[in-house]
Amino acid sequence: MTLPAIRISGVTKRYGALQALGGVDLEIEQGEFFGLLGPNGAGKTTLISALAGLVRPDGGTLEVMGHDVVSDYRNARRRLGVVPQELVFDPFFSVREMLRIQSGYFGIRGNDDWIDEILANLDLTAKAHQNMRALSGGMKRRVLVAQALVHRPPVIVLDEPTAGVDVELRQGLWQFIRKLNRDGHTIVLTTHYLEEAETLCGRIAMLKGGRVVALDSTANLLQRFATHTLSVRVERPEIAASLGGVNGEAGWMEFAFESYHEVEPLLARLRETGAGLIEMRLGEPDLERVFVEVMHSA
Amino acid sequence: MPEVSQQPRQPAELPPVGREVPLAGFRTLLYKEVLRFWKVAFQTVAAPVLNAVLFLLIFAHVLDRHVTGYGEVDYTAFLVPGLAMMSLLQNAFANSSSSLIQSKITGNIVFVLLPPLSYREFYSAYVIASVLRGLFVGAGVLLVSIPFVHLPLAHPLWILAFGVLGGAFLGSLGVIAGIQADKFDQLAAFQNFLIMPLTMLSGVFYSIHSLPPLWQDVSHANPFFYMIDGFRYGFFGQSDVSPWLSLAVVGFCFVALAVLTLAMLARGYKLRA
Ligand SMILES: Nc1ncnc2c1ncn2[C@@H]1O[C@H](COP(=O)(O)OP(=O)(O)OP(=O)(O)O)[C@@H](O)[C@H]1O
Ligand SMILES: [Mg+2]
Repeated sequence: MTLPAIRISGVTKRYGALQALGGVDLEIEQGEFFGLLGPNGAGKTTLISALAGLVRPDGGTLEVMGHDVVSDYRNARRRLGVVPQELVFDPFFSVREMLRIQSGYFGIRGNDDWIDEILANLDLTAKAHQNMRALSGGMKRRVLVAQALVHRPPVIVLDEPTAGVDVELRQGLWQFIRKLNRDGHTIVLTTHYLEEAETLCGRIAMLKGGRVVALDSTANLLQRFATHTLSVRVERPEIAASLGGVNGEAGWMEFAFESYHEVEPLLARLRETGAGLIEMRLGEPDLERVFVEVMHSA
Repeated sequence: MPEVSQQPRQPAELPPVGREVPLAGFRTLLYKEVLRFWKVAFQTVAAPVLNAVLFLLIFAHVLDRHVTGYGEVDYTAFLVPGLAMMSLLQNAFANSSSSLIQSKITGNIVFVLLPPLSYREFYSAYVIASVLRGLFVGAGVLLVSIPFVHLPLAHPLWILAFGVLGGAFLGSLGVIAGIQADKFDQLAAFQNFLIMPLTMLSGVFYSIHSLPPLWQDVSHANPFFYMIDGFRYGFFGQSDVSPWLSLAVVGFCFVALAVLTLAMLARGYKLRA
């Protein structure tokens, strides 16, 4: 059994009266692509900050590749790359200067080959000599990603890396992050774009009020929580309603069901009762549904 | 179905990048801190030198016949080292404090908090950069005053010793102020109500022997007085108190402040909440 990339046990953090983290336990294996989801204020950034040593937890321990982030912080931080949520930059330097300086902070000199590779992958090569101040928001975000990678950390944590980023870059970014994952980097991602998390992450933890309220593989979460839906547009909606349909968007009636066996009898009832089917469509379970259900029941 | 929900595979060993260099973290942070003021040397070095020269022109002209320095030492000559040291101290303070508060307010302080830098490396880099800026400004003031005054250089090593120690003391104070303050105006208050009065009332413009006894005693409680008096001793070979006493006082103050600052940093006070 190899070491977990990240091991978090019993982590608590309080800000005054607010319990930002209420005892979080989490273990992430090496090589995983892991999603950390939750509504605003759930504690995702606080948890990441504790992992990065930016925040001292009140209780509990955190390890990166087996190194405690407090007592063995040097080894822990060398193995961790964090893309912060806030769009921060240093206006004194150009992109390349910034990346060289960041390499230096991690104890590395002569890193230009790797820096060039990162720049190329993030489509920043043309901007390498520009001052940070002169970059657009999305470009600054890319530089933040680049900065987190300069020391080629085995564990990479991205706190909402696609906020404010255009479609093209999002695609490019995910391609790059996937490549890093294939090369052996462990990826932890927070995002509010749930389709993103659904397609990218193998496993997902959902946080609410500083606690983990769901933790499973993406496939299991989709199966366990979400139901399929059959949406219909009918001439007489009141009949559909009497059969258990609920009002959906724009005049559609929705029926929830667990397995496809239930679809045929349902359509038969609609025909028998003369509801007058005009249009229908099937809804696959998606992470957004799961998320809503988990947050409601938690 | 999601396409990437497979079991995690055994990760490949990641090849290291670049070369690992001992103390590279500290050296890079020092380089960055020096570059930060050097890139805007016009504001951070030239402007304070100009300031000091204005003081020199005005005060030397107005006060030459009214204020006494050391016995036969000409007042303008007496004034120049005091002004150089005052500028050195104020700029050493300004360097670490403004760098830290800017980084905190813009949020880019995370760039130095995420890497594996120890708090000792952090402290040393900020303080040494402050000392360097102080020395640049101090040397600038001395150079610019060459046409106006003949300055002897009795004991250059004392000059350097007090310049470095005084700069380190103020650089350290700047680290504390930069960490403690949440806004620029809090920092300005620190500067206006602590640093300015203490430097101004430390014998920059007069020898404390010209003061009434009570104020002489008060001046003796001001560590800045010893910095300036010791610094001046390096030029003239005479001073209000023994340079050894000054060295002991300034050395002790620096060590005490360094211990306090390091303890703050070790706890992550305000930086790692
Ligand atoms: N420095 C702080 N001082 C006081 N309260 C804080 C501080 N940092 C975070 N909090 C509070 O802790 C809670 C968790 O915040 P956190 O930033 O971890 O949430 P999040 O899950 O990252 O949210 P988002 O999706 O909006 O980024 C919030 O209620 C927040 O207001
Ligand atoms: Mg957040």
